Amino acid sequence: MGYLRRKALFYLVAVWAAVTLNFLIPRLIKGNPVDAVLAKTQNMTPMSPEARRALELQFGVSDDPLWQQYLGYLGNLLRGEFGLSVAYYPTPVSKVLSQSLPWTVVMVGIATVLSVLLGIALGTLAGWRRGTWLDALVPTTTFLAAIPYFWLALVLLWLLGGVLGWFPLNSGYSYETTIGFNWPFLRSAVHHGILPAASIVVASVAGWLLGMRNMMVSTMAEDYVLTAEAKGLRPRRIMIQYAARNAVLPSVAGFAITLGFVVSGSIATEIVFSYPGVGMNLVAAVANADYPLLQGIFLVISLAVLGANFVVDLLYALIDPRTRQAG
Amino acid sequence: MTLDSTPGTDVVLSVRDLSVVYDGADPVRAVRGVSFDLARGEVLGIAGESGCGKSTLAYAVTRLLKPPGRVASGQVLFRPADGPPVDLSTLHGEALRRFRWNRVAMVFQGAMNALNPVLSVRRQLADVFTAHRPELRRAEREDRCRELLDLVGIGPERLSSYPHELSGGMRQRVLIAMAMALRPDVVVMDEPTTALDVVVQRDILTEIDRLRARFGFAVVFITHDLSLLLEISDRLAVMYGGRIVEYGRAADLHTAAHHPYTVGLLRSFPRLRGERTVLHGIPGSPPDLSRPPAGCAFTARCPYAFDDCHHTDPALLTAHTTGPTTRAACLHYDPAVRPDGPPEALHAGRFDPDPGPAPSTGGAGR
Repeated sequence: MGYLRRKALFYLVAVWAAVTLNFLIPRLIKGNPVDAVLAKTQNMTPMSPEARRALELQFGVSDDPLWQQYLGYLGNLLRGEFGLSVAYYPTPVSKVLSQSLPWTVVMVGIATVLSVLLGIALGTLAGWRRGTWLDALVPTTTFLAAIPYFWLALVLLWLLGGVLGWFPLNSGYSYETTIGFNWPFLRSAVHHGILPAASIVVASVAGWLLGMRNMMVSTMAEDYVLTAEAKGLRPRRIMIQYAARNAVLPSVAGFAITLGFVVSGSIATEIVFSYPGVGMNLVAAVANADYPLLQGIFLVISLAVLGANFVVDLLYALIDPRTRQAG
Repeated sequence: MTLDSTPGTDVVLSVRDLSVVYDGADPVRAVRGVSFDLARGEVLGIAGESGCGKSTLAYAVTRLLKPPGRVASGQVLFRPADGPPVDLSTLHGEALRRFRWNRVAMVFQGAMNALNPVLSVRRQLADVFTAHRPELRRAEREDRCRELLDLVGIGPERLSSYPHELSGGMRQRVLIAMAMALRPDVVVMDEPTTALDVVVQRDILTEIDRLRARFGFAVVFITHDLSLLLEISDRLAVMYGGRIVEYGRAADLHTAAHHPYTVGLLRSFPRLRGERTVLHGIPGSPPDLSRPPAGCAFTARCPYAFDDCHHTDPALLTAHTTGPTTRAACLHYDPAVRPDGPPEALHAGRFDPDPGPAPSTGGAGR
């Protein structure tokens, strides 16, 4: 229990630090959004102080002392207010995110988990049965991973969506359905999600497979695996409880990092498949100098990375007793 | 070239002309024509430096050899007290799995990582019972695990511990307890005390001896520590370059070693009692077994080598100098080559045939 409390405390501090940095960084940047907008619109004629003041108010530029701004910021965060998005003006950032986040989290999340599970399972087998036909898995999947991702995604889209017409070409769901917990919508969302998710799995499974296979091979040389074999245990038990359980530890650590980035979306995936996720928002926000939206997205990403790491830390403790004591 | 033990003794394991090859571009012949008999309840020590093939021999005997290693020739015969002999090379799959640990258990160097770091002691002990005694119920398994730990003087509260929570000595005890689980006939121990300090080492050896007296299993004890083997073994095999070069009762070897290699090994550790002597190593390094020399493998490092040694690989013959119990693979003891017996210096147990006047060899008269 001490482990859990220590970890929880650590992550609370980390969340606070992330939130504070998210507040400070934009304020450390020279200039303010009003100048940026004026420069962008290339408005050469001098602007009246009143008009400038109006813009400043609108963007929330403030001359209050920093600590006052900080308190106000924290208060807004607690109420879920991130300001208004510029790119999707006048939609609030929180609304933009609440519309895109579920798409990304569900689709990219499922794809990532599938890819990891598939990679670890195949890697375990390929390592365990080294020297059989399973060895061919490594070059095959590595080849797929070596293809530039956007191109692979485009080919999949063209072949399965365009030529064969098995899957829709864009969007996250059919516009004929109404978003909600109803059967036609869910079916269309799954149908739309398969292709982008499959492209992510195809492109990323090699890394997990290769890492797991190599760890399996080196773990199988350990004395405890030899002891397990000498003990006359069943091969399945040796493979899973003695070899794989030790070999999987680095993959779990890698999974923590990947899981955090699920939220930022697979930007390329969402663009190629015109998927209505956070990645699309991020691109729009950068293109439109949408600071409120960017700040909102970064905050969500930081929180998601921390949250995912927390979950994986717990998972790690579950499979490796050594971490429960140390750390 | 068989090495029958004294006729009439009850042999539990006989190894005949066993050869192991590690396949590759340069196949390595790690074990070359090794034969020995292990009597029920005896301790056979196998000594030799790193790379002499002693661990490979252990893996080959227990069928744990992994590719590219393979048994090229020879056989390992297990003779149970209650049935016909079993040729281990004929066991496969389920039969091999059931044979393991029931008949032959192994103890590896447990202070390092012979225990799975992510499973508790309880699960690693209980695994043996779930694999071999599936009829046992959970509570019975738990009882057996407690008994096992009790056997090696560890409290039952340690069942829930993980290996990293135990000291090196305790881990080794857990491994020994594990080997006792199914009351095997033979326990093969590969460097079981090497990573432990001498005090703990002593405790472990006492423990093994006590358990052996109680359960009567035979032990194949493999280590590079010849001094330790001289003390604990009934019989001893000294390996060099994949072959047994000397084989005999430990007591005899102690007083009169025959093979120049054994003589060299014996003078490379200090004696507790007796005259002070200068310690020496054996200059040179072990042969490359991917290109075994045509003659005796020790020729290059042997101060007693003569012409024949370079092309005749000596057989393991009875060395008639002390009686019928010791065998040595050295041409000096082959009456066909040396009818007059070995040189005087070798017979006297000196590694240097003619020690010079240098003060460093002052202990030659030991």
